Amino acid sequence: MIPAQGAVLVDKAGSGPGGQWFLAVAAVLFTIGMVGLLLRRNVIVMFMCVELMLNAVNLTFVTFAKMLNDIGGQVVVFFIMVVAAAEVVIGLGIIVSIFRRRKIGTTADSAVLLKG
Amino acid sequence: MLSLVWLIPALPLFGAAVLLLFGKRIGEPLAGWFGSAMVAGSFLISLGVFADLASKTAEERAYTKVLWSWLPSLGVDVALLANPLSMTMVLFVTGIAALIHVFAIGYMHGDPRFSRFFTYLNLFVFSMLMLIMGDNFVLMFLGWEGVGTCSYLLISFWFERPSAATAGKKAFVVNRVGDFGLMIAMFLIFNETGSLQYHAVFRSIEENGIASSTATAICLLLFLGACGKSAQLPLYVWLPDAMEGPTPVSALIHAATMVTAGVYLMVRVHPLLELAPGVMTTVAWVGALTALFAATIATAQDDIKRVLAYSTISQLGYMFLAVGVGGNVAAIFHMVTHAFFKALMFLAAGSVIHGMHGVVVDEQNMKWMGNIKKWMPITTGTFLMGWLAISGFPPFSGFWSKDEILLDAYKENKALWVIGLLTALLTAYYMTRQIILVFFGKERFATDSHADAHDAAHGHGHTPHESPVLMLFPLGVLAVLAVVGGAINQPFGGKNLAMRLEHWLDESFIPGTEIHAFVGSHGSVGSGTKLTLAVIATLCGLAGIALGASQWLTRTSPESQKALELPLLKRAYGVDAIYSKIFEVPGRKLSEFLAFVVDRRGIDGVVNGMATLVRGGGTQLRKLQNGYVRTYALSIAGGLVALLVWAIVRTGF
Repeated sequence: MIPAQGAVLVDKAGSGPGGQWFLAVAAVLFTIGMVGLLLRRNVIVMFMCVELMLNAVNLTFVTFAKMLNDIGGQVVVFFIMVVAAAEVVIGLGIIVSIFRRRKIGTTADSAVLLKG
Repeated sequence: MLSLVWLIPALPLFGAAVLLLFGKRIGEPLAGWFGSAMVAGSFLISLGVFADLASKTAEERAYTKVLWSWLPSLGVDVALLANPLSMTMVLFVTGIAALIHVFAIGYMHGDPRFSRFFTYLNLFVFSMLMLIMGDNFVLMFLGWEGVGTCSYLLISFWFERPSAATAGKKAFVVNRVGDFGLMIAMFLIFNETGSLQYHAVFRSIEENGIASSTATAICLLLFLGACGKSAQLPLYVWLPDAMEGPTPVSALIHAATMVTAGVYLMVRVHPLLELAPGVMTTVAWVGALTALFAATIATAQDDIKRVLAYSTISQLGYMFLAVGVGGNVAAIFHMVTHAFFKALMFLAAGSVIHGMHGVVVDEQNMKWMGNIKKWMPITTGTFLMGWLAISGFPPFSGFWSKDEILLDAYKENKALWVIGLLTALLTAYYMTRQIILVFFGKERFATDSHADAHDAAHGHGHTPHESPVLMLFPLGVLAVLAVVGGAINQPFGGKNLAMRLEHWLDESFIPGTEIHAFVGSHGSVGSGTKLTLAVIATLCGLAGIALGASQWLTRTSPESQKALELPLLKRAYGVDAIYSKIFEVPGRKLSEFLAFVVDRRGIDGVVNGMATLVRGGGTQLRKLQNGYVRTYALSIAGGLVALLVWAIVRTGF
């Protein structure tokens, strides 16, 4: 199922934008997510940035699945979505419980209890 | 009876095992009687074996009982050899040991470790018998180390006294030097002959010959071992200190039996020794010088047992002198008679110490004794028998054996003979000094202020008391033996009576060869010369007695006595101090260096350094985990970028 090296990435239907555009969008999304994660201190926003990066990855998977005509990439996306859903549940739970403890504060940098 | 020979060592071993396991329960005095019975049983069986052996022709007097195969690659079985030499030793060892066991029942009365004492004694007798009866070097070595261990255990029997504990250690350490020589000698013998069984070794040497340098090396190393065990120059220093042990131990181990093991070894390997004439000469001179050296020290000692200890060293020197001049019979003869009279004198000294207990603080110091004959007549009488025997007074046993050694020395080398005579004179002198200080003269214990203080503190006995029958009986038997013991090898009475020991030992052969299992002295002198020599030797002994009596009967004040006790001799020539300077101080320095520098800084340094390194590394690493989630995210992002760069560079994009 793995295509030979140098296979041309073309849209077989011949209509709409090429796969490269989708990848570019995914790269932009991923970069936004990463920069957001690194620069913002609000935990909720950081969390959303993580989700953004996940979805950027999902987008690349789907794109490559389409371009290489390999259904495997789409299957992985489903896994990622399921795992992300579970992660959201746990992550939000943690965030909520951190917010409840007012002492610690509300930014990511104030939760440093686990430092070595 | 011959096939029962294995019972001779087995009985004391059984005794030791039973006493070890159940000694406390058996208790006093039954444990002592049990131990004595085991050794007495050994003695009775050896009498039977001896009778069997004696009834055979001379050529057949070697019986080897193989118990089981032990080290086939070394040609070594657990096998017991009964031949004239070993049975002679076994008889006097078991006989005297049985007597000393009985004596010890009385002497050790009331000791909290009574049964333990008899455990060790029985174990010692077992080891000694293995040493004597083993038919190969390895079994002999096993016994050799066994008696060394028992000697250590018994010297430090009263280990609560620091001096006793130290003396035990000293004996053990000094003996290691000799044992080292013995082991190397065994390696060489095996390398040369491919076996360690006596007869196989001697046969191989007879058939294949041996380089004279190898023979010399082997014999010198064996002699080093003998010097350690038999307390010869320069390894004698442990024996005087060994007097810290209970007196029966001194009598049994450090006078009669164990210390003669070195002489036995030299006699046993005589076919080898004869191939190394240089070593023979060395043995003779070391023996003669030790005899004289120790005799001079004995003239100035105050401790009743130390005099006897130096006397033992001196008499052992005599035996080595005999071995060195080829007088093997004389050596064994003197070993037997010495065992009789020295065991007797040690036991009598023990009886005196027992009687003086509680009378003075230092119950072994002769300067606090005097006129003990009044209180302990039987002990005194028996001690006097020993005194006459060791002084070479005819016809006591010591006269015959000493005379024979001097005769052999005379045949070989006149200088050795003169040293022997001088030693005989000194021996008679210091023994006379001892009996006068202990048994005659004024009672010094009664007027001693220390004694008064002691009595006031303890409130008991002011005078010595005679020992119980249990202790006097062995004294009596040994006194008789010390008087008549010379009969086993006296020169009168024709073929059937004269020189019995010499015939008995001389006529035995190593099976399958023409080699005599035992060789007596070679040369011969006329009977007129013999008589002259005997007269001269006797006169020397009498002169010593006369000198001792004239000086010590008249010198009663401590000041006048001091003139005869040279400080140098009192300090035993300061040999201990010299050894301590040469060996102990550098040894201690080396140990301290190893302990404080190598161990503490080197080894501990490496271990602690590893720990410090890990802890330091951890301290640095934990700074990475600072709790800021965004820092972690940054490092993940950094890693991601690095991976991407790497992938791009690698694919040459």
